[in-house]
Amino acid sequence: MLTPIEREALWLSLQVAMLATLVSLPAAVAVAWLLGRVRFWGQPAIDAIVHAPLVLPPVVVGYLLLITLGVRTPLGGWLDRTFGIRLVFTMGGAAVAAAVMSFPLMVRSIRLSLSGVDRGLEWAARTLGATRLNAFVSVTLPLMLPGIISGCIVAFAASLGEFGATITFASNIEGETRTLPLAIYTAIQTPDGDWIALRLVTLSLGLALCALVVAEVADRRVRRMLGQS
Amino acid sequence: MIEVDVRAQLGAFSLDAAFHAPSRGVVALFGRSGAGKTTLINLLAGMLRPASGRISVDGTVFFDTAAKINVPVERRRIGFVFQDSRLFPHLTVESNLRYGLSRAPASDRRIAFQTVVDVLGIAHLLRRRPFSLSGGERQRVALGRALLAQPRLLLMDEPLASLDAPRKAEILPYIERLRDEFALPMVYVSHSLDEVIRLADHLLVISDGRIMASGALTDIVSRLDLQPMLGRFEAGAVVDCTVMAHDDHYQLTTLGFEGGQLRVPLVDRAIGAHVRARVRARDVALALAPPADLSITNQLAGVVTALAVRDGAFVDVAIAVGPTTIRALISRQSRDRLRLDHGSHVWALIKTVALDTRSVGFMRRARGMMDVQ
Repeated sequence: MLTPIEREALWLSLQVAMLATLVSLPAAVAVAWLLGRVRFWGQPAIDAIVHAPLVLPPVVVGYLLLITLGVRTPLGGWLDRTFGIRLVFTMGGAAVAAAVMSFPLMVRSIRLSLSGVDRGLEWAARTLGATRLNAFVSVTLPLMLPGIISGCIVAFAASLGEFGATITFASNIEGETRTLPLAIYTAIQTPDGDWIALRLVTLSLGLALCALVVAEVADRRVRRMLGQS
Repeated sequence: MIEVDVRAQLGAFSLDAAFHAPSRGVVALFGRSGAGKTTLINLLAGMLRPASGRISVDGTVFFDTAAKINVPVERRRIGFVFQDSRLFPHLTVESNLRYGLSRAPASDRRIAFQTVVDVLGIAHLLRRRPFSLSGGERQRVALGRALLAQPRLLLMDEPLASLDAPRKAEILPYIERLRDEFALPMVYVSHSLDEVIRLADHLLVISDGRIMASGALTDIVSRLDLQPMLGRFEAGAVVDCTVMAHDDHYQLTTLGFEGGQLRVPLVDRAIGAHVRARVRARDVALALAPPADLSITNQLAGVVTALAVRDGAFVDVAIAVGPTTIRALISRQSRDRLRLDHGSHVWALIKTVALDTRSVGFMRRARGMMDVQ
């Protein structure tokens, strides 16, 4: 049913989006907690940096990644020497670009669910012998689950569609970084590629709709589990 | 002994409270809304940090600015029952109950799960979720959860305030049972004198962030100078009594106290049981001689020991009936007409109807006394 090119682009997109989502999740929970539950100097600055990818042109984010994580930069060089991780022109790089671009969406969703959790419940947990961390893990986190799940799905869907930062930072390499949007772009650039592009667009559409349905079902299940409906 | 001497500033409200209270039985913290009751117990529990001062319970220091000690909430082992129950919505009733139990050190587990479930009558709720419980059930589960965390002291912040009257009447007996069955010191915060009188042994009166009085409940409640704080219609005397006799035909109980007897509507306690009767000052009338053709059966001979004018129209009168003091609120005009003064011999008249079940509380059962349950 699918051509090898389509199968490859789809499989790569899913891998990149999955990787991006999993890597950002712990960081997004930590940042949401820092912004929502702790008061410290410089909080607005952190807030602005986290949200920057929402308002910056994706190509700018890609370029910034290139000059911080490129093999010849101090950080990129260190990653290469110590772990053998090269991000430029690799699938890992595509995942990093997608993660950075979708991070603010995930943080917003998680932070919203955090602000909906009654702090009085955390205090109740503390009076029952739970440390601050333990109260967060055993009470706050489970109650944030709807927001965490919807944050993951939004980030996953956004990662599937990430284009600008990916093509700038990870380039458009077949089988390595050519995800669905990049494959569509390539097909459009190719003479007589319209039919290929249309099939890829349909695939992309189906994937997005699936993500939305899964999000809705998951949300209902979790809310029922938490006794919120 | 609970020893507190703290200062705290919350916005425009300042609290400067110092008191000692026994760490046994029930200590009531009584005051109007906004007097600083909740702030004070939040400081005690460690949920707020005082600007300066010292807090200790039975010699264990929880907070001391001089010694730079501030024990975190979870290590104070002070149980807390919130007004809004605060059950964890994602856990079943049983998991809520076990939350504190599983976090308590094994060596401290003296209050057993099954005992608490039985005393509070919540066995049928264990598999339910908090959202499906009624307000009264929630508060019973919250009480159980706090108890099972094996606290050394239990704080209750107006646990009945968010419940309607029938639910209050449903929960109060459970709190009385907790008081009697577990030897656990409690601090009970309330703005309801009814509840305080039913439950407490020691009374702290707080007003405007200051502790105005601290002492045995029966002493504090009858102090004339505190009447404005206790409220005109709430004011009165609290009399410790023993059940003397029941009259099944007329559905009345005779209570004996040091200095006399009171006839009250039937009290569901065995003869010899200790109860506490609250005689509100506005329910007491005074006469110079025992009136004959009168429906009022409680007629107590006494001597006026103090008078205080209140709000221009009223006079608060303290009457010694033997060693017991009761209080009457009469008009200033009546005082002048009867020429009442220190040493006047009077008859205090109390309608039986005024001594309803709301004003008769059940006291801790004395050791060795037969179980009346």
